[in-house]
Amino acid sequence: MRLAGLGYALALLLTLASWPAEGASPPTDRCAACHLETGDERLAGPAREFAGDIHAAKGLGCIACHGGDARESGLEAMDPAKGYIGKPKRQQILQVCGRCHSDAQFMKRYNPSLRVDQVTEYASSVHGRRLKELGDSKVATCASCHPAHSIRPPSDPKSSVHPLRVADTCGRCHADAKYMAGYKIPTDQLQKYKSSVHSQAMTVKGDLSAPTCNDCHGNHGAVPPGISWVGNVCGQCHTVMAELFKKSVHAKVFVEMGNPGCATCHENHAIKPASDEMLGLGDKAVCAACHGADDKGGKAATEMRARIDALRTAHDKAQAILLKAEHSGMEVSQASFDLNAASGALVKARTAVHAFSVDAVAKEAEPGLAVSGKAFARGVRALEELAFRRKGLVVSVVIILALIVGLVLKIRQVDRRQEGRDG
Amino acid sequence: MATVEKRHGWLWTWLDRRVGLAELEKLARKKEIPVHRHTVWYYLGGMTLFLFMIQVSTGILLLFYYRPSAEEAFESVQFLMAEVEFGWLIRSIHSWAANLMILMLFVHLFSVLLLKAYAPPREITWFSGMGLMGLAMGFGFTGYLLPWNELAYFATKVGTEITGAMPVIGGFLRRLLRGGDEVTGATLTRFYGIHVAVLPALTTGLLGLHLFLVQRHGMSVPPGVAGRGAPRRTMPFLPNFLLRDLVGWLSALAILAALAAYLPAELGRKADPFLPAPAGIKPEWYFMFMFQTLKYLPAYVLGVEGEIVGIVGFGVGGLFLALIPFLDRRTARGEASRLFTWIGVAIILYMVVLTYLGYTASATK
Amino acid sequence: MADEAVDREATRRRFINWFLGTSAGAFLLSVLYPVGRYLIPPAVGESTAGTVTLAIKPDDVKPNTGQIFKFGSRPGILVRTAQGELKAFSAVCTHLSCTVQYRSDISHIWCACHNGHYDLNGKNIEGPPPRPLDAYVANARGNQIVVSKGA
Repeated sequence: MRLAGLGYALALLLTLASWPAEGASPPTDRCAACHLETGDERLAGPAREFAGDIHAAKGLGCIACHGGDARESGLEAMDPAKGYIGKPKRQQILQVCGRCHSDAQFMKRYNPSLRVDQVTEYASSVHGRRLKELGDSKVATCASCHPAHSIRPPSDPKSSVHPLRVADTCGRCHADAKYMAGYKIPTDQLQKYKSSVHSQAMTVKGDLSAPTCNDCHGNHGAVPPGISWVGNVCGQCHTVMAELFKKSVHAKVFVEMGNPGCATCHENHAIKPASDEMLGLGDKAVCAACHGADDKGGKAATEMRARIDALRTAHDKAQAILLKAEHSGMEVSQASFDLNAASGALVKARTAVHAFSVDAVAKEAEPGLAVSGKAFARGVRALEELAFRRKGLVVSVVIILALIVGLVLKIRQVDRRQEGRDG
Repeated sequence: MATVEKRHGWLWTWLDRRVGLAELEKLARKKEIPVHRHTVWYYLGGMTLFLFMIQVSTGILLLFYYRPSAEEAFESVQFLMAEVEFGWLIRSIHSWAANLMILMLFVHLFSVLLLKAYAPPREITWFSGMGLMGLAMGFGFTGYLLPWNELAYFATKVGTEITGAMPVIGGFLRRLLRGGDEVTGATLTRFYGIHVAVLPALTTGLLGLHLFLVQRHGMSVPPGVAGRGAPRRTMPFLPNFLLRDLVGWLSALAILAALAAYLPAELGRKADPFLPAPAGIKPEWYFMFMFQTLKYLPAYVLGVEGEIVGIVGFGVGGLFLALIPFLDRRTARGEASRLFTWIGVAIILYMVVLTYLGYTASATK
Repeated sequence: MADEAVDREATRRRFINWFLGTSAGAFLLSVLYPVGRYLIPPAVGESTAGTVTLAIKPDDVKPNTGQIFKFGSRPGILVRTAQGELKAFSAVCTHLSCTVQYRSDISHIWCACHNGHYDLNGKNIEGPPPRPLDAYVANARGNQIVVSKGA
């Protein structure tokens, strides 16, 4: 009886242990059993990798893509008559993935919020068009970016399409000069992107919402943005600048000149953090590419730069004096609080540059200048108060010295009396 | 009786009948200070006492605004410095007087050492003085953390870490000091309790003993002076010496005020345990010679960890210094003891040189 | 002759005593004055560390409005939602540290510098801000609003 109970418990345990994680491959899938034992890495590798694949986690087995019959344990399992297709060809991949991923009804059972337009999107991409129209077998298809057998959702840090890894995934082909040799596009985008402010924001500051390749080019429908709509793409995030730019004199001129909107001054892949040096006619100024000291635009650029410099200097000066006062133990928190408005004004003035008008910059900079001036004045007052403390010190030291003098006189008197008594 | 009343007034008489002021006055008038070329060193003890009194009074004032918790300590000190009138002055004086007090203590200690004032029957006076020295360093170590700023946080971290290197009891001692495995708010609360309750209580007792013994034995006359057999000159403690003391104290106060006004105590940035340690963490200057010694020690000395060797070394050194009255047999017999003079000079030189190196040697080495 | 010397001595002593007394008095004053001023509690009343009591009455904050207050030397924003709930956040935009404001028309916290939007939980929902606003805890205690950092 006891033994039977033990056996029962053991059986239960074993069942539990072998119980597939929710929706894992059905126990009848025999593909992996053989593939793992072949000793041939080409056959065993995919079977092993697949364990971490999202499709495995959702209960889809090998046959979902490869066809065949997983219940058979021999080579009969891979009978083309049973729908076995082996390794899908490049042209086939789209259809294999799309069979489920384009089926809204089907996808709803797994992830109702997942889009189902990837195949349509892909058809509009440069990759898709080349594959369809030219039969180009080097272009990316689904499995190029979502490696078959180890597909993970974009939220998974190990995924090839996690925001932090997208650039490298695209770069696998696009940064490979040998692979890209046949195409007339550069291969330095990855390197340039990695030097950009966007890449820094993502990798250093950990801001995963910062843009990587697909945020500007699209992912499944990847294409280079057209000259005329670069601004719309950047304007997704940089709305205020895009608005100002659209209304500015440059918007029309750039289109006429064939300049790529924002990228004319900020570049496309190697976007550097914007700095005040970019404005004006100095060495690093981007305006100087077209404008000179004599034309109207050059003068405006110089003037805008001067306004912004003036505000920055005033703000920094005020901040420095407040900091000094604070370190000396003076209460200037109200002034530092008010000075926040000046740094806000500075940001706004820098933004206003994209209207390319001195008035727009001046309108934002003026209040900032006034605030900085007041904060500086308060800093000066605080330091004067500090000087006043020192005057207070002088007074108390004088009092102490007087007391010392009195004591010394007293000592002499006492000593004299003492000597008189002794003598 | 009438004459006394005339001299001192009715209040004195009233008090005298109840407390016995006349006896105290007699006692005070009896106290005499020997006058010779080393008399100047007699002022140092009083000076240390005066600075200690300043510490007590400014410390009590600081308690009115200080809040001993990791969340509020830094902010309350900031508030004190910025919002409270003269808060900057009180805190700066507390911080500067602490440093001056330790300095005076060192000078007092070494003058006593070199003048051989520890000779019998003053051994216990010397021991209590050594104890007070340890307490003062404890005050400095615990007080340094209280503003809860970055520098103090990391200095305390290093300081308590060094305690942890002690053989056998090190780990336990470190946990005890930190109130846990790490320097946290618990450490702050603990240090606060030690700083404002434990150490003051111990100091009061030990200081009482020290002063009582000084009073009982009178001022020690250095053997070099006493041996000459010249007629001994003295001056009364009251009022001659006390008035001179007062001059010294007032000068110290003026210096403190000037230091507070021109070099106010800084606060720096709030401690953040998750930030990397800032460059150039330094302990308070009076710990510098030990800190620097530990830096120079090799990783292993005869198979024992260098740090342990250093700590045990300082322990033995402190014990040696404390036991000098027993070790120095010649002085005890009233003979000249050049060896111990040289030992004293060597200790002073060692401390001065290592402290100097601590402040000048490159931080990256 | 001797009388004169004694007289001079007495005058001298009187002068020294007077001088000592006066300067000792002045000294005492110069010590007591700062100590007295130190003991008088400052106008702000409390350390502005973790909490701040606002100069705004709860009734003055109408539903679907917001206003900026001073938290130390940094701005904070107090919002009363349309449902009447009081919320407080750091008003420092997480993008480039401009001061944000409340937009009654869209019920968003909004940064004018680069059109950053935050919802009423402080979460960044549109535009360049990379992170949500730091949330504070706002409590109405009687006729006062107390805002504190953290819970």
